Amino acid sequence: MKHLLSIEDLSATDIHKMLELTDHMAEVSSRPIPKVPALRGKNVVSLFFEDSTRTRTSFDTAAKRLSADTMNFAVSSSSVNKGESLRDTIETITAMGVDAFVVRHKSSGAPQMITRWTNASIVNAGDGWHQHPTQALLDCYTIRTGLNRRDSFEGLRIAIVGDIKHSRVARSDVQAFTKLGAHVTLVAPPTLLPPSLEGWPVDVSHDLDALLPDLDVLYLLRVQRERMDDALLPSLAEYSALYGLTHARAARLAPHALVMHPGPMNRGVEIVVDPAELPGSVILQQVTNGVAVRMAVLFTLLGSGSASSIGESA
Amino acid sequence: MAQRTVLSADDIRRALTRIAHEIVERNHGLDGVVLVGLQRGGVWVADALGEVLHGIDPEHPVPVGSLDVSFHRDDVGIRPIVPGSVTDIPMSLDGATVVLTDDVLFTGRTVRAALEALNEYGRPRAVQLAVIVDRGHRELPIRPDYVGKNLPTSRDENVSATSEGVVIR
Repeated sequence: MKHLLSIEDLSATDIHKMLELTDHMAEVSSRPIPKVPALRGKNVVSLFFEDSTRTRTSFDTAAKRLSADTMNFAVSSSSVNKGESLRDTIETITAMGVDAFVVRHKSSGAPQMITRWTNASIVNAGDGWHQHPTQALLDCYTIRTGLNRRDSFEGLRIAIVGDIKHSRVARSDVQAFTKLGAHVTLVAPPTLLPPSLEGWPVDVSHDLDALLPDLDVLYLLRVQRERMDDALLPSLAEYSALYGLTHARAARLAPHALVMHPGPMNRGVEIVVDPAELPGSVILQQVTNGVAVRMAVLFTLLGSGSASSIGESA
Repeated sequence: MAQRTVLSADDIRRALTRIAHEIVERNHGLDGVVLVGLQRGGVWVADALGEVLHGIDPEHPVPVGSLDVSFHRDDVGIRPIVPGSVTDIPMSLDGATVVLTDDVLFTGRTVRAALEALNEYGRPRAVQLAVIVDRGHRELPIRPDYVGKNLPTSRDENVSATSEGVVIR
């Protein structure tokens, strides 16, 4: 596997292999000295054209635990502000010697485009509304360990709640969860669903309360406040009343059910209860697992040689 | 390709018994001795040695762990690296006498990676190496402390050592 651009490019077997490799990375992370020399001499450059705290730091930590060199390209203080094109930016940094770019961009398809301008590996760290494949992998890993489902998600019932329309996390998660065999229901007001769900292997519901007792995983998405300006929601309070995780709703979840959120959370909107008091919350576990998953991704792209066994079967 | 059996299951059992006694002799008992099998081929060796040692001296239980050295190898990026099971070292290695075990000692590169990986779990008092077969062709200055059998081989032969026996292909 040369690039990680989309969950679509991965088969169920590829995802399983990546999660198995993640087990090893989690073990490395738990050592007294959580660092291995596997990617010594490799140069990993983060190229974030959009804001991010956890994803950028997570990739940075992952690269460092594998002993790769890291370089943060701060777009706000770069020549992009002088009008340098994306292509020139990529070619310039590539000329310094880069093995992988971790790219976040507001335009869907930008990471794919970049693969044409460099021979480095590209990891998509979020492109527009399109994909966020490492988020989906870390979510799969969190469910796999949290519910002890090592071999398959067959029979699991997962609800993804919130702004599906503008969410690259939802798109990637739906693909990954269903590839592993889970049953996914999207829960959202009609204005926050994509215009067409043709080809999405999911059910749709507007009634979260009816689903709650049967769920194995409740996945809450961030309500992007800027959507309020687009008049897609009458008010945040109404959203919270219909779709937010309140104390009453939390009490109706099955005891084993996991509550997940990709962050950053809007407390009081999509999540009203304090996640720290919620026994099923694995929200911080997601963050921890994110580092291990990204180590597995970087190692697969940069450390397995050209004959890597992941990503060749899709 | 022709296949020949060099050691039988009985030979392996006798070799393990001898190595176990050598470990006790060399270390004046089993105080502080731990066994660490190298993934994947050395794990059964550590388990088997642990059993024999328990038979020799039940008063001193010998902890057994396993070590995956994939991320410490010197050929990362040159050939595909498929990790074995996850490393499992349930004991402290600080001050311990670690007996690394492997099935076949060949170039010595896996052992080099293991020595480096061990450092991340503590600082052993000493590290010793036990192997079922030493087939030669070392590429590094590494030698075993305990050997089941020295086996002259050619470089392109394939040697496998399990509790069932040692086979050259």
